[in-house]
Formats: sequence, structure tokens, C-alpha cells
Amino acid sequence: MSNIRFEQIEGKSLGFYTLVAGLGILVLAALGSVYYMEHHGHFVTGMSNRIVWGVPHVFALFLIVAASGALNVASISSVFNKKLYKPLSRLSGLVALSLLAGGLMVLVLDLGRPDRLIVAMTEYNFKSIFAWNIILYNGFFVVVAVYLWMMFERRMNKFSHTAGLVAFSWRLILTTGTGSIFGFLVARQAYDAVIMAPMFIIMSFAFGLAFFILILMASYQWTNRPLGDVVVNRLSNLLGVFVAAVMYFVAVYHLGNLYLAENTGVENFILFDGGIYTKLFWYGQIILGGLIPMALIYHPATKGNRSMLGLASVLIIIGGFIQLYVIIIGGQAYPMALFPGKEILEGYGGVAQYSASLPEISLGIGGIALAIIAVTFLVKFLAFLPESLADDVADPHYKG
Amino acid sequence: MSKTLNRRDFIKTTSATTIGVATIVSGITLTTFANANKMPVTNEKRWGMLIDTNKLTEADIDGMVSACQQEQGWGSELHSTGNQKPGWIKKLKVRDKATGKISNLALMCQHCEQPPCVDVCPTNASMKRKDGIVLVDRHLCIGCRYCMMACPYDARSFVHETLSNQKEHMPRGKGTVEACTMCVHKVDKGEAPACVASVNSDAVIFGDLYDASSKINQTLKTIQSAQIRADLNLNTGVRYSGI
Repeated sequence: MSNIRFEQIEGKSLGFYTLVAGLGILVLAALGSVYYMEHHGHFVTGMSNRIVWGVPHVFALFLIVAASGALNVASISSVFNKKLYKPLSRLSGLVALSLLAGGLMVLVLDLGRPDRLIVAMTEYNFKSIFAWNIILYNGFFVVVAVYLWMMFERRMNKFSHTAGLVAFSWRLILTTGTGSIFGFLVARQAYDAVIMAPMFIIMSFAFGLAFFILILMASYQWTNRPLGDVVVNRLSNLLGVFVAAVMYFVAVYHLGNLYLAENTGVENFILFDGGIYTKLFWYGQIILGGLIPMALIYHPATKGNRSMLGLASVLIIIGGFIQLYVIIIGGQAYPMALFPGKEILEGYGGVAQYSASLPEISLGIGGIALAIIAVTFLVKFLAFLPESLADDVADPHYKG
Repeated sequence: MSKTLNRRDFIKTTSATTIGVATIVSGITLTTFANANKMPVTNEKRWGMLIDTNKLTEADIDGMVSACQQEQGWGSELHSTGNQKPGWIKKLKVRDKATGKISNLALMCQHCEQPPCVDVCPTNASMKRKDGIVLVDRHLCIGCRYCMMACPYDARSFVHETLSNQKEHMPRGKGTVEACTMCVHKVDKGEAPACVASVNSDAVIFGDLYDASSKINQTLKTIQSAQIRADLNLNTGVRYSGI
């Protein structure tokens, strides 16, 4: 393996500016939507007192979960000392920070009082998972920024293993915190399961890597830099394992819930008779986001084909988004068991209706656009990407 | 004689004025507090309510809801639709699956001893007073709605639109969360909550759960009562009999 040379992208082509302009418009549309929602109040959205968290939260949590997962590539290099991943570490850190920024933008701008963000930063209730998450998210920026510095600065390279270890531990705690937002909610039968924390961690592995692969392939394709099969195939295999692991956790979570009589109502709702949520679960989350990507990654006919890997990554992202939709919206749509053993005839109950409004969707898409804009700009100004990831450069065991 | 103001003089004058104003303002604030709360809230009391569903009629419950609306000024929102409308207190009709018995009851914030809403609130906006009343501080609430996710009683509402003409004692506002306050502004003056006062019979009893001489304490000792979702071990301040 020869020395890896990192270099900024030129970023002067028409394509570059078109991409930035297009994403910029999406971010502006999101800000416009925020103004509209905050000015009128949340009655202009599909959210209500029953569906308290809507599509903005699906986008936000998806991006936050994916962010911590995108850092894995760097962790595999620094913490587990796998040389093949080393040239990818800087980009991994960048994608992680950018996705988190996008997710937090959506989360914060959907607050009823986003103008009181300063309150959230100064008043802490340490019993609240949310308060912990505020600290964990802010800390993630600092930890990963320091980690990137250790990687960029030659004199600091010797600390990158330690910084990587800290960042890896931090991200595991962070995703545990994100999963626990739901895992500790005793009131709702769809949540209240400690398994949600590790499930969110494994979801982050899959969604984050899918994002990373897409950004890696796109940036090498668009800048005409060589990207060898060794790197791509290794990432592809890893992605397949992660998707399988997500499906395992989903199976355990639902089987565990089905076993408990108090949760059979909501389980039957999601798995069998929940209308749109059942369809989304089976067709979207399981088939589109799980089985098809695994087939594309492992089937001999499509294995090693980059377009197919790209397709698999896109499907994993869509499937992951659907998974969070089913968890967040589906979990709220099913009524809480206020009176176990009794049937509520009037006043509460029934499946709550929800249809996302355009401003909510626009805010969510703005979060993704912000993340991609951040990556696009920063790879232009700092040397995040190796000049070449051809097999003879990237593969430590290359025999030419 | 003309005198130009140099920087030192300017600082002196401004500082003196600021200190003067600050002293007066803090004096006013302290006086106001002292007037409003002659007796500090302590944990020697625990305010609670007992609702007897066998005695409570549907008309009683409708009366409780409108008394609450009138007292706290909610329910006339113009734009909120369906589940977006606030519901500080609502009428529920439940049927026992085994016996088929139908009960009507009023459901509001249960003022838990261990309130999940207070646990999850990131900014301490959701809080419990020492006397057991659970409230939202409207100045700290950032509108994240995590408390609404955590409440097992569907008791909290989010203000979905701009409001005007709020009651002086109840600063409701767009983008924050609200719920039954057990009419804390009346309780602190020694009065009963508006919903309790609206019921003519003794179907709803309000009082200090700890006070052995109070009616609510004595009744709870003699009759069988229940807490909603007692399995969660939240030790609610609102109790029910007949369900």
C-alpha cells in the first residue's frame, strides 16, 4: 500500500454549483416552512395532541441515528486498526457531523418555541433523556471535531487511536440515548422496551453506512477519482451484515412484545391489521428496506455491481425512514391502554389519524439537504477525500 | 455653564441609576411575591380529588368541562381541529369487558406523585409543587412535547395556534404545553377547583389527602377506590370509586 494523499475537490464545475444551488433551495424552502408553521402555530401541520411527534421527528431521528452510524467507518480504522478503512476515516467523521447537524436542525425548528433554545441549553433536568441527549449531541460535535483534527494534523496522528476510541464510545452512548427516548416511555405499549436502545444502535450502523457508501461513490464518480473494488466490496459486505442484524433485532422486539398480553393489541395493529402501518411495516421496512437490499448485496447476479450497491443503499435509507415512521407515528396512532380490561366507548381511543403536511415534509427534506451541503462544501475546502482509492493504493494486501 | 460629559462621569451616572432602579425593582418583586404567597407551599399537604362514578351524572361531567373552560379560558380556539383542540378535562365512557357495566368519568391530569411528564421534561418546565400539584412553567416550556409522549393519561395539550384574551392567572401561549392545574390559583386562596365547585352533589370531593380530618381522607379510608393505571405505581392525586 502506497502513501495515501488527501486532496480537496476542485469544486468549480457547473455540476458542483448546480448541486449546491439545488440543495440551497431545499434549505430555504425548509426555513420558509418553519416560518409558516411557527407564525401560524402547529395547527397548519398534521400533528395533534394524539400524534404529538410527526414527520419532522421521523426525519430528525433518522438523521441523528444515521449520523452516529456514519462514524463507524472511522472507528473500524482507529479502534479496530483495520488499515483498509483508514483512508475513509476523514470522510466518515465529516458525514457523521453533517448528518447530525441536519437532524438537529429539523428537531430544533419543530419545537413549539424554537426561540427558547437558550433555555434548553441552560436549564437541565438530569432525569430527562432529552436533556442528556442535548449534552450528548453537542458533545458529539466536539469529540468528532477533535478526532478529525488528530487525523488531519500529522503531529497529532499518534493520538488518533485514543480520540477514535473516545468518539466510538461517545457514539454508542449517544445512540443508546436516542433509542431510550422511546425505550423508557412506560405509558405507551409500542415503546417501553429496553431493547430499543441496542436496536437503534444497530439501525445506526446500517443507515449510516448506506449514507456513507452513497456519498463516497458519488463524490468519486463526480470528481473522476479512482475508487477500487476492494474498498467498495468490503463496505458492501459490511452493509449486508448490518441489515441482517437490524432484521434480527426487529424480529426479537416484535416477538418479545407479542408474548406479553398487555402489548398484543399494539403488536396486532402494527403486524396485521393496522392498515397503512401494517403495509409500511411489511412492504416498506421488511421487504424494500431489508430483504431486497440483502438480495442485491449477496446474490451472485448483482454482487459486486456498484449500481446495485447504490440501489441497495438507497433502499436501506428509504426502508430505515419507513421503520422510524412505523415506530414513531404508528406507535402513537394506536391508543394507550388507559383502562386495561375495559373498553373506552367515548372520549378517548380509536386509531389517531395523521397525514403529514407539506411544510413538515419540506422541513425534513431541508435537514437532509443541509447535511449534504455541509459535506459538499467541506470536501472543497479541506482535504477529506484521498486522491485515489484504487486497489493498489487502498488495499494493504494488494499484490499487483 | 456648560459641562461636557466625559466617559468616567457617564459610567458613574449610569451605574448609579442602574443600581437605583435594580434596588427598587427587586423590592417591588419581593413585595409582590410576599403578598401572593403568605403561606409557603409545603409537603405537609397533598391535594387530591375523589371522583365517585356511581354518583356522577353525565350532566355533571359536562358541567365540570365547561366550568374548567370558563375558569381557564380554553375551548374557543378558532383554527385547531379534531385532536388539535385542547382538552384539559374530558368526559370518558368506559365499559367493563366482563360485566358490561358502563361508567362515565371525568379524566384530567392525575397529579401523580411520580409524574412521568416531570421526569422527561428537559428544561424543568414540567414540575410538581410540594403539595402534589403538577404544573407547566410557561416560561421554561420549549414545546418539545416529550411530556405528552410520557403522560399515560392523555392529559396534556399543545397550544396549536395564536391565542388572545387569556385569563390573567393563566398565561396560555402558542407553542407550549398545558394541562389541568387543579386550579392552583384558587386552591392557594383556599377555594376549591372550578370543576369540583360546579358539581352540586358529593360526587367529586376535593381536599388534602394527608389531613386525617378532611372529608377526602375519611372517605378514602372507608370506601374502595382506584387509581387509573395503578400498575404504573405513579400514586395519583386523583382517585376514582365505582370503576
